[in-house]
Amino acid sequence: MSAGTAGSALLRQVLGRWLIPLIGGMAFLFLLVPIAYVFAFSFNDAGRTNLTWRGFTLDNWRNPCGAPAVCESLANSLQIGATATVLATILGTAIAIGLVRYRFRFNATANMLIFLPLATPEVVLGASLLAQFLNVGAELGMGTIIIAHTMFCISFVVVTVKARVASLDPQLEQAAADLYATPFQAFWRVTFPLLLPGIVAAALLAFAISFDDFIITNFNSGSADTFPKFVYVAATRGIPAQANVIGSAMFIIALLIVIGGQILAARRAKLLAAL
Amino acid sequence: MALLAGERKSPVIHQRGADEISSAKRRSRIGYLLILPGFIFLLLFFVLPVFSLLATSLYTKPPGADIGQFAPALQFSNYTDVLSGYWPEFLRSFGFALVATVAALLIGYPMAYLVAVRLRGHALLQGILLVLIIAPFFTSFILRTQAWKQILADEGPVVAVLRAVSLLPPDGRLTATAFAVVCGLTYNFLPFMTLPIYANLERLDTRLIEAGNDLYASPATTFRTVTLPLSMPGVIAGTLLTFIPAAGDYINSALLGNNQDTTMIGQVIDSLFFRVVDYPGASALSFVLMLAILFLVILYVRRFGTKEIL
Repeated sequence: MSAGTAGSALLRQVLGRWLIPLIGGMAFLFLLVPIAYVFAFSFNDAGRTNLTWRGFTLDNWRNPCGAPAVCESLANSLQIGATATVLATILGTAIAIGLVRYRFRFNATANMLIFLPLATPEVVLGASLLAQFLNVGAELGMGTIIIAHTMFCISFVVVTVKARVASLDPQLEQAAADLYATPFQAFWRVTFPLLLPGIVAAALLAFAISFDDFIITNFNSGSADTFPKFVYVAATRGIPAQANVIGSAMFIIALLIVIGGQILAARRAKLLAAL
Repeated sequence: MALLAGERKSPVIHQRGADEISSAKRRSRIGYLLILPGFIFLLLFFVLPVFSLLATSLYTKPPGADIGQFAPALQFSNYTDVLSGYWPEFLRSFGFALVATVAALLIGYPMAYLVAVRLRGHALLQGILLVLIIAPFFTSFILRTQAWKQILADEGPVVAVLRAVSLLPPDGRLTATAFAVVCGLTYNFLPFMTLPIYANLERLDTRLIEAGNDLYASPATTFRTVTLPLSMPGVIAGTLLTFIPAAGDYINSALLGNNQDTTMIGQVIDSLFFRVVDYPGASALSFVLMLAILFLVILYVRRFGTKEIL
């Protein structure tokens, strides 16, 4: 074997081991660069426009509601997100269980009805709902935003929970029935706890998508402001640094909640394993 | 085991079998109860609005009517008008979305592979990285896109470095280019590519990769013949969930492009609705966009032939 082929074999081995971590790591960096930027500029002594660095200050963090209307829009977004998440999670979970566990005559149509909203761009979903609301003369506002968000979150919930239901062994419920559990008890004490991680993941995804939505909201919001809409409108005359504070804080809170939940779950699993 | 199997032949069990049939019937009614509320919601707020959109797309403006006043009609010329006016934006949207989807696949697959396969067993690290993929949603994608705009701005750091090393001519710029818009699309929809691939690779049996290695296949061959084909459902779901929203997006082209050469179809629909107040024209464009994407999706799914798409 010549030195050349040995060298290339070594190179290949190094590449094989490190190529994926390298690209993957760079991808995470790519994902996080603008968030680091948003975070850094939340400390900018910005004044009216937060475009150039003017010096470090904690004022924006001390007074996150300092800019007009920013906290109102955040409150709206949280309210819409929470309501739409609860509605979509309940409706979507029920559909997911129904579709996996039961046979229907119109199975294909049902699956299509779940798939279509996912295969429709937001601008079309927003435009068609707006056309509908205009045609029936509905007043645009928080109510129409919640309806719109629930509608597009349902499909995401169904898809996420369906995978979890499909991976469950239906014999577990039969075992519960053999042990004289009523169907309700079997569901509530066996199936539901096993589905819970999938339901929680679906709810988190629904909330994240609702909280971050701009296009559908823009079509159906009337004069109501959400946080993304506030930022978009503000972008033309300069986004206040308080928006950066809220964006950063929401990111950190979401991170802490989920990681905290995971540590708790890992600890519980360890405890159970010890038993 | 045999003993248990023998016992199952007792008449009592037959009795239970009959019970099971009747309970299965009752259960199917439960099935309808489960899916009905959600489907009624979707019928009211997805299916019906699409028909509303179709009806509106054929409305006509009566002579002398106020702005925003239209009358029901079957004016099919709305379609030919908007298509002849805006077909370049249509083609551009699909082109941008296609390039962004390929880029997101090239970035998102290794990302998903790293978390799902390479880090298998490190549950906490896996969890943290997974959260990092979703958590950017909470910063608001408009805030993040605006951040990109400032990072890539003419007076920003990236342009300065690229000009210094002559990768960019002295008057070259990154914002207001097609390149910037495609980068923005890739960035914004990367989580929608990564998550479905992750969900698929998470279930990948790594012993299959070991088997490939044992049979003297190079890592590249193993990947091409084992890992990739098994992960195709995830890849198809990811590419669809990236391409569809990217084709309709207009935030990236508005913030990172914002000139004639980067206008996408979503921007046109938005401005027809809210600035021109041409509801029929905007509805016609939306409807064509929906049909075009559905057509492409069906072709794509047929071509790569997975039945269980999502």
